[in-house]
Amino acid sequence: MTAPATDAPRAAAEALLRSPGPVRRRVAAGPAVRWLVLFAGGVAMVAPLAYMLSTSLKYPFEVYNLNLIPEEPTLDNYRDVLSDRRFGWWFFNSLLVATLTTVSNLFWDSLVGYTLAKFRFRFRQVVFIAILSTLMIPTEMLVIPWYLMSQQFGWLNTHWGIMFPGLMTAFGVFLMRQFFQTVPDDFLEAARIDGLNEFQIWWRVAMPLVRPALAALAIFVFLGNWTAFIWPLIVTNDQHMYTLPVGLTTFSVEQSVQWELIMTGAAVSVLPTLVVFLVFQRFIIRGVVMAGLKG
Amino acid sequence: MTRYSALTVRQKQVVWAWGFLAVPVVFYVVIRFYPTAQAFVLAFMEWNLLGTRRWAGLDNFARLWADPVFWQVFRNTFVYLLLGTPASLVLAFAVAFHLDRVRFMHGAIRALYFLPFMTSAVAMAWVWRWFYQPVPIGLFNNALATLGIPQIRFLNSTTNALPAILAPAIWAGLGFQIIIFMAGLRAIPRSYYEAARIDGLSGWATLTRITIPLLKPTIVFLVVFSSIGFLRIFDQVFNMTTNDPGGPLNASKPMVLMIYQTAFSSFDMGYAAAQTVVLFLVLLAVSLAQLWLMRDRP
Repeated sequence: MTAPATDAPRAAAEALLRSPGPVRRRVAAGPAVRWLVLFAGGVAMVAPLAYMLSTSLKYPFEVYNLNLIPEEPTLDNYRDVLSDRRFGWWFFNSLLVATLTTVSNLFWDSLVGYTLAKFRFRFRQVVFIAILSTLMIPTEMLVIPWYLMSQQFGWLNTHWGIMFPGLMTAFGVFLMRQFFQTVPDDFLEAARIDGLNEFQIWWRVAMPLVRPALAALAIFVFLGNWTAFIWPLIVTNDQHMYTLPVGLTTFSVEQSVQWELIMTGAAVSVLPTLVVFLVFQRFIIRGVVMAGLKG
Repeated sequence: MTRYSALTVRQKQVVWAWGFLAVPVVFYVVIRFYPTAQAFVLAFMEWNLLGTRRWAGLDNFARLWADPVFWQVFRNTFVYLLLGTPASLVLAFAVAFHLDRVRFMHGAIRALYFLPFMTSAVAMAWVWRWFYQPVPIGLFNNALATLGIPQIRFLNSTTNALPAILAPAIWAGLGFQIIIFMAGLRAIPRSYYEAARIDGLSGWATLTRITIPLLKPTIVFLVVFSSIGFLRIFDQVFNMTTNDPGGPLNASKPMVLMIYQTAFSSFDMGYAAAQTVVLFLVLLAVSLAQLWLMRDRP
């Protein structure tokens, strides 16, 4: 079996990664100038990250210095920050919540997307439009009812409380539905004749065909939950249960003027995603383009 | 009762479909629709979380209408939108347009622009907050001092705080918009450019008559998407103004921060719910207006 060919966003993403644009004859505006300006802009874009890292490696006496390279680099700040046991909890909480939420979205969003794309039944459109309409409701409108619900059921300060609102997303359903529509019915029919039940057809036949879409969804859901702030801030008030962003806020307020420690805390919370991006750059950019174009 | 095995293939499919949808339907009803309805109901009540709920009719909305802080916040929210969306779209398009024509180190430069998108708004808010400090702490003012230029008050100024908080929000979102623009540019068939060249169109005419019209779906998507983001700005404001959230003098306070404070500092749940209803209406109106303004005219 080959992947369906009518997969436009995927093709667009591949084209973007394959070659840097078609060569177009240009009036000689100086390609070197263009390159230099773009490169300088790119350097300016990462400068805040570079300064964050550089400061996290400095002793306090050097913090107010503009040097990017510390004169006496030190890991003392990292030792200080990581010996604060809370960072361990926060890291664990963020990782757990983001991972479980991602797994849940991959499973449920694609199951719903598949059902809405491939089954024929009454109220199918109603279900689809109802789910899609939730995209119009901003999270901020729901945090008060969610908070009341969490209070009533004892979900405050629990991992479940942090993640229950995001276990399924309408965006994911929409994205997966779009991709499942490109899977030819013949494949599913063949599997049906082979005696697979509908769940097996979805899991074993349809899911492998939309793997790139699953990857795109995973990137968005994980990053979104890793950096989520307002809901974890509301639902937790026990420091053990904070996620990294909420913990970092508390930590930074405590440190008040010790900017080298604040920069170290910030670095600890963003380095994992930055490293993941640098390792899987092409894969992540492809995912972002696919999700962006279909979503 | 009919047995499953006695059903036709089509009927079996219907059973499976609802089986697959059972848990999600419960989720959407309990976690999305019911809370939405509850928010609308609470907006017409007075309730401080501990006492009893009391019907308040339109009192919350009347109070909001009469509250000068609300109008300040309302205005701020639109300033975030009206500065943020055009600035980020123009910058992103300019970078994407030129990066599309660069081959040398193409991937590396793209990565530089995209990296900030992978960060968390909270962490970056603190980094930028440090940049904005007065001498001898802040990077920007230190650089100004080195160059002999007068100091700038960033976060502690009623006029500069809002743009200073907006800057990292634009910065972090730029990479995403550049990537989407580049994908849109790449999707324009080369034959259009060749035809333009044969017809002798100038570079500017090619841009305004071919590139931008053909990019319209991409532009509509990015305008709506980034506008919703700027209207809901919160993380950066909260973290860059922790000692006086939304300050100084509410000069940087957006609607979401006002909602957060009303609900979780004052526990004025009904009033906060009314504010969320207003936020919902603002988001709806802005999105619909944008889609209408950018619709395809025959």
